[in-house]
Amino acid sequence: MRYSGFRVIAEALTGHKGWKPIWRDPEPQADYDYVIIGGGGHGLATAYYLAREFKQARIAVLEKGYLGGGNVGRNTTIIRSNYLLDGNAPFYEFSLKLWERLEQDFNYNAMVSQRGIINLIHTDAARDAATRRGNAMVLNGADAELLSRDQVRRMYPFLNFDNARFPIKGAILQRRGGTVRHDAVAWGYARGADSRGVDLIQNCEVTGMRIENGRILGVETSRGYIGAKKVGVAVAGSSSKVMAYAGLRLPIESHVLQAFVSEGLKPLIDGVMTFGAGHFYVSQSDKGGLVFGGDIDGYNSYAQRGNLPVIEDVAEGGMALMPMIGRARLLRTWGGIMDMSMDGSPIIDKTTIEGLYFNGGWCYGGFKATPASGWCFAHLLAKDEPHAAATAYRFDRFLRGLMIDEKGQGATPNLH
Amino acid sequence: MNQSNRIAGGQIDRSQSWRFTFDGRQYTGHPGDTLASALLANGVRLMGRSFKYHRPRGPMSAGSEEPNALVELRTGARQEPNTRATVAELFDGLRAASQNRWPSLRFDALSINDRLNSFFTAGFYYKTFMWPAAFWEKVYEPIIRRAAGLGSLSRLEDPDEYDKGFLHCDILVIGAGPAGLMAALTAGRAGARVILADEDFRIGGRLNAETHGVGDQIGADWATSAMAELAAMPNLRLMPRTTVVGAMDHGIYAAVERVSDHLAQPLPGKPRQTLWRIYSKRAINCGGATERSIAFENNDRPGIMLAGALRAYANRWGVAVADKVAVFTNNDDGLRTATDLQAKGVDVVAVIDSRSAGPLLPGIRHLRGAEVIDTAGRLGLSAITVRRADGKVEAIRVGALGVSGGWNPNVNITSHHRARPVWNDAIAAFVPGDGGPSGLTSAGAAGGVMSTHGALSSGQVLALAALDGLGMAGKASNLPRAEDAPVAITPLWYVKSGKGRAWIDPQNDVTFKDIKLAHQENFTSVEHLKRYTTLGMATDQGKAGNVIGLAVMAELTGQSIPQTGTTMYRPPYTPVAMATLAGRSRGREFKPFRLTPSHKWATEHGAVFVEVGNWLRTQWLPREGETHWRQSVDREVLQTRKSVGICDVTTLGKIDIQGTDAGAFLDRVYANTFSSLPVGKCRYGLMLREDGMVFDDGTTARMAEHEYVMTTTTANAVTVFRHLEFCRQCLWPDLDVQLISTTEAWAQYSVAGPNARKLLQKVVDQDISDAEFPYMAAGHITVGGLRARLFRISFSGELAYEIAVPTRYGDAMIRKLVAAGAEFDAVVYGTETLGVMRIEKGHVAGNELNGQSSALNMGLGKMVSKKKDSIGMALSQREGMEAADGYRLVGVMPVDKSVALSTGSHFLALGAEPVAANDGGWLTSMVYSPHLGCHIALGYLRGGDTRIGTRLRAVNFMNKTDVEVDIVSPHFFDPEGARLRG
Amino acid sequence: MIINHPILGPRDAQEFVYLGDASLIDRPDGMADGAIATFHDYLYQRTNPAGEHRELWYHEQGDRSWLVVTRHTVTHEIVKVELARDVARAEGRSK
Repeated sequence: MRYSGFRVIAEALTGHKGWKPIWRDPEPQADYDYVIIGGGGHGLATAYYLAREFKQARIAVLEKGYLGGGNVGRNTTIIRSNYLLDGNAPFYEFSLKLWERLEQDFNYNAMVSQRGIINLIHTDAARDAATRRGNAMVLNGADAELLSRDQVRRMYPFLNFDNARFPIKGAILQRRGGTVRHDAVAWGYARGADSRGVDLIQNCEVTGMRIENGRILGVETSRGYIGAKKVGVAVAGSSSKVMAYAGLRLPIESHVLQAFVSEGLKPLIDGVMTFGAGHFYVSQSDKGGLVFGGDIDGYNSYAQRGNLPVIEDVAEGGMALMPMIGRARLLRTWGGIMDMSMDGSPIIDKTTIEGLYFNGGWCYGGFKATPASGWCFAHLLAKDEPHAAATAYRFDRFLRGLMIDEKGQGATPNLH
Repeated sequence: MNQSNRIAGGQIDRSQSWRFTFDGRQYTGHPGDTLASALLANGVRLMGRSFKYHRPRGPMSAGSEEPNALVELRTGARQEPNTRATVAELFDGLRAASQNRWPSLRFDALSINDRLNSFFTAGFYYKTFMWPAAFWEKVYEPIIRRAAGLGSLSRLEDPDEYDKGFLHCDILVIGAGPAGLMAALTAGRAGARVILADEDFRIGGRLNAETHGVGDQIGADWATSAMAELAAMPNLRLMPRTTVVGAMDHGIYAAVERVSDHLAQPLPGKPRQTLWRIYSKRAINCGGATERSIAFENNDRPGIMLAGALRAYANRWGVAVADKVAVFTNNDDGLRTATDLQAKGVDVVAVIDSRSAGPLLPGIRHLRGAEVIDTAGRLGLSAITVRRADGKVEAIRVGALGVSGGWNPNVNITSHHRARPVWNDAIAAFVPGDGGPSGLTSAGAAGGVMSTHGALSSGQVLALAALDGLGMAGKASNLPRAEDAPVAITPLWYVKSGKGRAWIDPQNDVTFKDIKLAHQENFTSVEHLKRYTTLGMATDQGKAGNVIGLAVMAELTGQSIPQTGTTMYRPPYTPVAMATLAGRSRGREFKPFRLTPSHKWATEHGAVFVEVGNWLRTQWLPREGETHWRQSVDREVLQTRKSVGICDVTTLGKIDIQGTDAGAFLDRVYANTFSSLPVGKCRYGLMLREDGMVFDDGTTARMAEHEYVMTTTTANAVTVFRHLEFCRQCLWPDLDVQLISTTEAWAQYSVAGPNARKLLQKVVDQDISDAEFPYMAAGHITVGGLRARLFRISFSGELAYEIAVPTRYGDAMIRKLVAAGAEFDAVVYGTETLGVMRIEKGHVAGNELNGQSSALNMGLGKMVSKKKDSIGMALSQREGMEAADGYRLVGVMPVDKSVALSTGSHFLALGAEPVAANDGGWLTSMVYSPHLGCHIALGYLRGGDTRIGTRLRAVNFMNKTDVEVDIVSPHFFDPEGARLRG
Repeated sequence: MIINHPILGPRDAQEFVYLGDASLIDRPDGMADGAIATFHDYLYQRTNPAGEHRELWYHEQGDRSWLVVTRHTVTHEIVKVELARDVARAEGRSK
């Protein structure tokens, strides 16, 4: 069923009786060619591109809870490709280009809104780093501009320019960055996959893997055994738990990242703003809530909730940057579990077990990666070789000394 | 209007009248009123507009769960959007305005949305606005954004102050209704340290809104006497106006005290609000219950409210919302509203009871088996349409309707650790489930015990249990007599009738139809329902509608409520002002500054400062007549290289390392060797992370056989020390080595330049001739008898020393050095000059020590000894880190000496396309060298060690420059190092 | 969170800095054959359990002790706190 404004009007005039279920709820079949574990953004995108782009069939997505319930269901919705390093920049730019045509591609309005993202600059060293980054972005086909203090002030006159602990000296701007309605991404991919015959199976938790002679045969689930020629794991946050079924350890720790939303407010902040010196980033949703966040809590956790120190730290950052938000109220906090990898960059790779493929380690950058992650993982699954934009995301980069460490923090996941 | 709807009774102080305005119109109220109760007393029912359809709305509740009556409270910089009128305490002179309407609350242009509601169903925006693609950001979204949002911020800095504090207690009691008061009395009497916190300004909870008695008193009076006893206990802290908003780990609770919100503005020196972190050993949730509505057509008009709220306004505030009222209920508690109001002389026209059995109210028209199927009244309720048990439909004129669909225990805080509430059929509601915050129990209505007696009893029982768990003896006292009516409810979630809309989540305008559509489109899981329809995402976070929405979905799917799912709450319990969470960390107080020992001197001399890792360091020191920073810096550089310069280097990290294994320890933490360093000498040390990347560098001196002094970079002083402690305690616990950070203990100055020795010799007591104190010497010396340390090390490439004295002599020392240097025309230089000289010498610093670079990248690969195990040695030998085409440090000069370079430019070959494949590396640091008369830079260039002498471009798209450069050795100045040995 | 320091008693977790899995105590020998592989496993690979986790915390705003804290990563409940030095010695680490 094709969605359009005309359709909405026609349905409104006829009592909305014609809307069909957005997806089926099929019973799992005995076996599939492809089983994707994880019905979050990346898993659904993988299934979608496997079917649509790589023309594969007999695909199932197994989701332990509800579709889109991973980090795609709780994040701060930012898209951008302002990456520095060779291994990352082409991938995220590929992703941003996919975002730019996503809605027409899957006929679902995910509200991709390129309202621009700025990263504030407070020191000469930060400007040097931003210049290096901006140039790397341009060389990779992305857009970047360096803004002066006055240019930033014209964009956001209510920032703290006059009494700031970290005076604003400028910013790096990516105009093509922005935000997306996160749930709609999951639903759009799910709908697109379902309509191409992918079985999306909810409430189906993987509880084990059947592996013989170094080859995966299928997965044990809460709804019985499901055979598979190839199994792709896309369960970031729980990667270590699921891959432990295959006896594999990962260069990943699970950490909680909190995010926040304020009560609805009339329009205030047009784009996305990142205040690195204060561990704070913010945008305003179309509904009017300020959506913001900061650092991870910093200790291993699967709890999907955080603690007060980070909440305070984030609020302090927000107030330091925008003293006028003092009387806006924090409405809701939540915590998502991040696959924090050892160099801050993801993994899309085969494993040592034949037929078992892995996608994870997204740290807190997974949402913006969703389209490219799905596309590249589908490419790997379908063709058994990495997509050109994701060649660096290998397990063996740590053994070979080819880390992709944007922040230069080394093997300390909570610092990335 | 003059409080036309005020009736007798209530806990307000009628001896005083306060004036206030709403939307510019003046009214009066009394102390004890909320904004909502005062407006209702004045006959004002219309207080807001809904989010999507801009429907006229009045208060639905009398508490913090209010979804409708949201206003902009106060004016100017104190304007507070989305403030719930139902909990805003009235004060004299209060000013409030309605929000989310234009041009006025009564005539709101966007109420056109209400007419177009059949187009604006759940999730309609996902299905449209896709064509043409460019229109989303340019046309559709701006319109949506302008229409959305609720209240507005003033865009002015919040003028009030906020505080934070810590509190500790044995037992935290959350909520001061009957359960909470009884729990606090029991725990307090046993001598436990107790905190009793309640969000209301009046202690007593639901007792204030009810008429039934406790013991021989009216409930509210019993609460007052209980409060008096509690207030006299030295071990108990009574905290009204304090909302416990979140349950954190290990018994820590976040609470917000509204210190000054009941005043026109905070008293001098007082905060507006305080964020308390309450550290408790046990906690008892006595947070009561929240009433829920029933969905029926047009159930959202001003005047339609929860039955419990309708009687709260009458009992507590002496307000009859209308002359003629009706009650619609599916349970016995709703009947109380009818009896209470009737007792107060309000005309209760009818009680519409959806149940066909049960007691009949005497003296009231009690319609059993009936339902309200529609209502009328554009800006306020004027009539309800009732379908009686016999199927007949009847219109009844009323100005207010109290609706009771049952009560939901306030499980909110018990699910902050993601424990799922469980369904209790007996009371048709969710009660706290297992796995909640450790040490937290729920008493009274919060725990599903709904009667007053049950609240008192369970409050006592759980307080005794908490005391017992803490090893304290509590005593059960005789409970005061109180009503103990069972919950009598026959659930009714929505009324099946015609085609109109029945609201479930009032603020977000989620109606029965939206849930039906979500079901039709297979958004049936609770989370999908919420996300697709926005049910529960309004400022009340689902307190009004979540359970009804869930029950409706359960009916549609033919499943039970527990099968369908459960509602989950996340912190905060009620929304919290950002400024409260930030406290005093605002403006320039956001983070501390650190000041160097020469700061006072530098300030006196007009220094320009720069922040380096919280330190304020002198960036340069302008002299009279200098108008551009380059003039100052060029002078400082030239004068230092010509004569002598002084620089405060105190910020560098200093770590004393002592013990018989100190040398062995250093051999393991540095890539190069230190055990062989002679006593009295320094050595440059390179420290790696375990992953082989360079962590830090600095000089380390051997002051005695078992005594070393390490210096670190300013940025890494803390992390290096932490790392060394890790190595010492966790890796080699039996090495005899002790560490102490002495960064703050020593003021340290660099004295550099050809006259450095002459200057210092005037200051120090010992002979520091080249023979006595050669290059890289280190030792304990004295300055006028004062103990000091001297190191002959150089970052500038000059003959140079660093001299350290105890920090409290730092100010005296800079003055002494400057005085001694006068005859040499010594300059004091800042970080810019430091940077120029180090780049002229090719020394790496912050921009090169970026955590992404190895020793090999920096041209220091030979320093990594492979003859011994040290941190990072093994992994520095991975193939990817030894690749020949990896980055190498190079020097860069413009071909045309008059052209500037810019840091962050990338290297491209002459004529190469500007694409990533041709990216050769980047310029890490750039300065103007007054000696070379041009800009020079350091850079990381792929295979740079083999490309010295080649010509490339340094391209910067940010400032649109493209400069031809020569790749040279990074040692621009005195590459043989003759000067520093001078 | 509150960490019950074996020497100093209960302390707010904000006084501490977190490092990670206590297996970082088990540093291999850099001079041994195959050191790159063993160091790779030591430095990068994690069990990352959803359950009890032995982890290193450093009392930076306190007595500078490194602690091994046994904490449940789902409930955050702390069941044991030890001095990392004692743990290291018990695991045979010395000089």
